Amino acid sequence: MVRVSLRVNDEVRSVDLDTRTTLLDALREHLQLTGSKKGCDHGQCGACTVMVEGQRIYSCLTLAVMHEGNTVTTIEGLGRPGNLHPMQAAFVKHDGYQCGYCTPGQICASVAALDEIKAGVPSHVTADLMATPQVTADELRERMSGNICRCGAYSNIVDAIIEVARSPA
Amino acid sequence: MRPFTYERARSPAEAAAAAIRNPGARFIAGGTNLLDLMKLQIEVPPHLIDVNGLGLDRIEGTQEGGLRIGALVRNTSLAADERVRRHYGVLSRALLAGATAQLRNKATTAGNLLQRTRCPYFYDTAQPCNKRQPGSGCAAIGGVTRLLAVIGSSEACIATHPSDMAVAMRVLDAVVETVKADGTTRRIPIAEFHRLPGDTPHVETALERGEFITAVTLPPPIGGRHFYRKVRDRASYAFALVSVAAVMQRDGTGRVALGGVAHKPWRVEAAEAELPRGARPVTAAILDSAKPTHDNAFKVKLAERTLAAVLAEARG
Repeated sequence: MVRVSLRVNDEVRSVDLDTRTTLLDALREHLQLTGSKKGCDHGQCGACTVMVEGQRIYSCLTLAVMHEGNTVTTIEGLGRPGNLHPMQAAFVKHDGYQCGYCTPGQICASVAALDEIKAGVPSHVTADLMATPQVTADELRERMSGNICRCGAYSNIVDAIIEVARSPA
Repeated sequence: MRPFTYERARSPAEAAAAAIRNPGARFIAGGTNLLDLMKLQIEVPPHLIDVNGLGLDRIEGTQEGGLRIGALVRNTSLAADERVRRHYGVLSRALLAGATAQLRNKATTAGNLLQRTRCPYFYDTAQPCNKRQPGSGCAAIGGVTRLLAVIGSSEACIATHPSDMAVAMRVLDAVVETVKADGTTRRIPIAEFHRLPGDTPHVETALERGEFITAVTLPPPIGGRHFYRKVRDRASYAFALVSVAAVMQRDGTGRVALGGVAHKPWRVEAAEAELPRGARPVTAAILDSAKPTHDNAFKVKLAERTLAAVLAEARG
């Protein structure tokens, strides 16, 4: 067992963990933050997406012990019922889900994807590597390819993200 | 996952020494490939050496006018670096063609080079695999081989190397810098870094036990137009059937390497003299010793057509 301290959603949390514990299992099983979902547990579906030090990652493919002292933001840290993050509100407005299982990962990934565009990170579909990347449906489809939605809410998810991107901050 | 002990290394040489002290130990950086394989018990290291704290996450200019990319620079940071986008576009393009944003945010430069094959028989622990269990045989030979190698394979293994980044590194003549447990360093040209399977497909690189990658260096920019064209079964988040990394000059000369066809990025420098004559003579020379299977013979034609598309874009 190892003691691991994480700053999760602005709160420092310390837990004793088996070294094998993934960040996802630490969040769900030890910190009772069950918003992040376990889909495939192999980095193929995106349901476990969280932000660590502001960057979206698959929490199932990293060990909690590798994140000692790191800042983690989960869906619970983005917004709460009655005080939704704009991306959460946009997903509701645009029906960006059906069953909802992939939704926390989709929303965390969406927020981070817009941050990446703002930071000038290009994507596979960015035509000019030296130009400022734009928020387009093509860009979002590529940038969100790491999040699978088996209900097929993709077009509504793209609509929700575009609305947030275009609304004044 | 099998139990393991865990330590955080404090210097590259210390990491290398820890790997010598702990037989079977693995370095862990991004972990996106290693942890997946540990969950499947394809990798069962008794000890992990976390190298994330080593500060090898900077991209610096070299005296010669190239770039030194720290081993721990994340794939996203490398693809987005202004110098890389401007002077080594093929590398940005290759990185962005691989995996997903979540994976690129975690995956490192050295880890990308060291990732294991995605051969389905390597992943299926119920099947023999000489890479997973040396001497057990190869279930891929005679199996479903659509995704597998067409050249450089052996009687022991027909797996491909899955990296896009490494194909671009090959076309750019990158050099892998390492340190050993005794503190000695060496520079391994990318062409010599990945090995062909031969009869030891479990030995995938030129690295010795405990040898630790500290950086990958790029020579000064060579100009030209940079291309990375990847053909895959879906538009995003899939490994290459065939990929072409190319740097083309105005006069029609250039460099080209193929991904998705072999156990390592596949480049035949002599074939590049044919580039002004079009794709067919180039791929004919690059793939002259290809031994495709019934399932993957399409890759030979696909490589030619993918290069033809790149050359057309370069001319246009």
